[in-house]
Amino acid sequence: MSALTGRVLAVLASLAALWAVMVVHATGQTLLALTLLVISALAVWTYTSRATQALRYLFPGVAAAVVFVIFPMLYTMGIAFTNQSSQNLLDLDRARAQLMEEAVIAPDSQRAFHLLTQGGQFRVLLDAEGNAPALATPPITLSAAAPTPQTVPLQPAGNELASSPPLPLSAVVQQLPALRQLRLQAGDNTPTLQLTGLREFAQLQPLYLAQADGSLQDRLSGKRYRADMDQGFFTADDGDRLQPGFRVGVGLRHFAQVFSEGKFREPFVSVFIWTVLFSALTVAGTAALGLLLAGLLNWQALPGRAAYRLVLFLPYAVPGFISILVFKGLFNQNLGEVNLILHGLFGIKPAWFSDPLLAKAMLLIVNIWLGFPYMMVLCSGLIQSIPADLYEASAVVGAGPWTNFRRITLPLIMKPLTPLLISAFAFNFNNFVLVSLLTGGRPDQADSTLPAGTTDILVSYTWRIAFQDSGQQFGLAAAISTVIFGIVAAITLVQLRFTQRAEAVKKG
Amino acid sequence: MAIVQPKSQRWRLLAAHVFLLSLCAAVVFPFLVVLSVSLRPGNFASGSLIPSSISLEHWRYVLGLPYLGVDGKTTMPDLPVLRWLFNSIKVAAGSACVTLLLSTTASFALARMKFRGRQHLMTGLMLMQMFPAVLALVAIYAIFDRIGSAFPAIGLNTHASLVLAYSGGIAMHVWTLKGYYDTLPGEIEEAARVDGATPWQAFWRVLLPMALPILVVVFMLAFIGAIIEYPVASVLLSQQDQLTLAVGSKLFVQEHNFHWGDFAAAAILSGLPITAVFLLAQRWMIAGLASGGVKG
Repeated sequence: MSALTGRVLAVLASLAALWAVMVVHATGQTLLALTLLVISALAVWTYTSRATQALRYLFPGVAAAVVFVIFPMLYTMGIAFTNQSSQNLLDLDRARAQLMEEAVIAPDSQRAFHLLTQGGQFRVLLDAEGNAPALATPPITLSAAAPTPQTVPLQPAGNELASSPPLPLSAVVQQLPALRQLRLQAGDNTPTLQLTGLREFAQLQPLYLAQADGSLQDRLSGKRYRADMDQGFFTADDGDRLQPGFRVGVGLRHFAQVFSEGKFREPFVSVFIWTVLFSALTVAGTAALGLLLAGLLNWQALPGRAAYRLVLFLPYAVPGFISILVFKGLFNQNLGEVNLILHGLFGIKPAWFSDPLLAKAMLLIVNIWLGFPYMMVLCSGLIQSIPADLYEASAVVGAGPWTNFRRITLPLIMKPLTPLLISAFAFNFNNFVLVSLLTGGRPDQADSTLPAGTTDILVSYTWRIAFQDSGQQFGLAAAISTVIFGIVAAITLVQLRFTQRAEAVKKG
Repeated sequence: MAIVQPKSQRWRLLAAHVFLLSLCAAVVFPFLVVLSVSLRPGNFASGSLIPSSISLEHWRYVLGLPYLGVDGKTTMPDLPVLRWLFNSIKVAAGSACVTLLLSTTASFALARMKFRGRQHLMTGLMLMQMFPAVLALVAIYAIFDRIGSAFPAIGLNTHASLVLAYSGGIAMHVWTLKGYYDTLPGEIEEAARVDGATPWQAFWRVLLPMALPILVVVFMLAFIGAIIEYPVASVLLSQQDQLTLAVGSKLFVQEHNFHWGDFAAAAILSGLPITAVFLLAQRWMIAGLASGGVKG
């Protein structure tokens, strides 16, 4: 590639990036436009500067990781300090604009109307009412395709027009889409009338009057609604709130709620305890089973080890979402095969999905089924790296397999295994797929105001608050996510410590 | 072996076989049931493991063919399984290509070039893996909602948004690739450099052809990773014909809409190829995972 084409390409790419930034900025997404601008600028610099050898290769991958992994994490933490929810989605200006669009019929402005035809065109006739004279439009063509409202002047209607036969209601209904686009104006600078019912035109006016101090006044009740920058709503003195609300910063409120307010703290604490218990029991179960199997499958005297290994590896190879859903069917109370067998053997049909304790047991059973092959393979690799002469020496002194395991195998693999166990703990701590697909967190806790399930772990609980619960409380969900970030970071630190220790053993 | 075996050895062997066989039974049982259910007539029929009468209605269902329903009428399937499978493959192929592009180049720099902050970058990549995307779902949703208002083609409910969202998860692949590059002799590239090749030519013409096997493995792993991904897809996609298989399959086994037989056929249809690809790639994956965890 010659230097010239390179330069031309760089200029073209910069122009394309600038255009994209402009498009984003035009839609009002300032933050996004800024992010895009920074990334494009960095990209242009990276690929035109001579000082950036390694960065040229790193840039795309690192940029993707920063934008789609690190930025969402920081953004989540940012949302945690706002009241963002389905009621508080817009910023103050856009919420105000939306409220200002709400309209009511101006009092005494309604006029009954009729539709007349004249030479293939239509005339709208407003009947005389009180001391207002009858008014009519000139003959107009009605077309529903007209995309924008169309202003039409009104003239005094003579008697001959008032006495001509109006079209029946069925014909009026056919023209409704077109009639909706009409704005009738009796004279210059007078308010326009528009269709407000099947039989009437009226003047619409905004429900809220913007006041000089930024508050909104309800035209009908006269109530003043002030922007409450603490709660994120336009609120009247009597506590009445307007919908939609708007986004405001709430500081540490969500964290205070989660940690100290009873109705938030109790479900959070019980979900947290179950999350830890679930991860710990899963790791303990899979590790114990995996270690036992690894020991057995490394036992030279056992025939058929390769076949066993292949079959026992299957749960790890089959896609998780399929196995989990298969188990959801197998554990079904009335139709599932598990209960058919239990019924045949013991005459019982446990309610796996509605009894909290059984649901938890089911989650653990399924998760151990899913997870033991991974542990089996890991432990197998570690056991194979133990020098065989250690076992020969112990055979000389007549030690049995249990002694071998306790005195040789376990002590030697514990160091390298510990960081892997901690990784597994961290993985199951956030095992959203299992909980979400198998139980969805249900059965729900009976006494909590926020829907929290007895089998919910922290991530699935967060997901419910954000996407399922009617309020879509993104702020609260993000706050809990932030707490999880902290917990995962702590687990990671512990894991690094153990990894370094294992590394030291390997080198030393 | 010449060693005299104690008598207890035989009992131990027997106990081991009994234990392993029962565990194998527990592993294989669900798969056999699924196979059997997919061939049984009706969605509610329970029966012996070997079906007494075989019906292909569930297989017709997942292949999108009209089938004879319970009421005796021919019915068209209401869930587009093949469409979902196609969506999954589309997203996974796109995501695997992007992942390969991003991770081969990044790992080349990490393995072959010296620059400040290299060690920190590698530790950072490893730490990133500890924070799965599921923790930032709220933000990911909000980000793509915003992107979508400017560029609807990569906003919510598009497959492009999924490919983009997955493109950040390259940390593990970068580590796998870097580990492989490290095993390749650097002398060949150096010889190429002496002959006047630029770093890019050394990478593109010399290193990549040598690394072809691991590229195939990384492609397969990224492909499977995207196919089985559920949380992000469940948040970004909501229209029924846009869903991926992982999100759509859930609709079969809902509490009040229990398509057990249809699901069984769909599970086999989609699970078999994915499992086969996975078994091909798993050798390297396990080696990569184990070493990735132990390396500092």
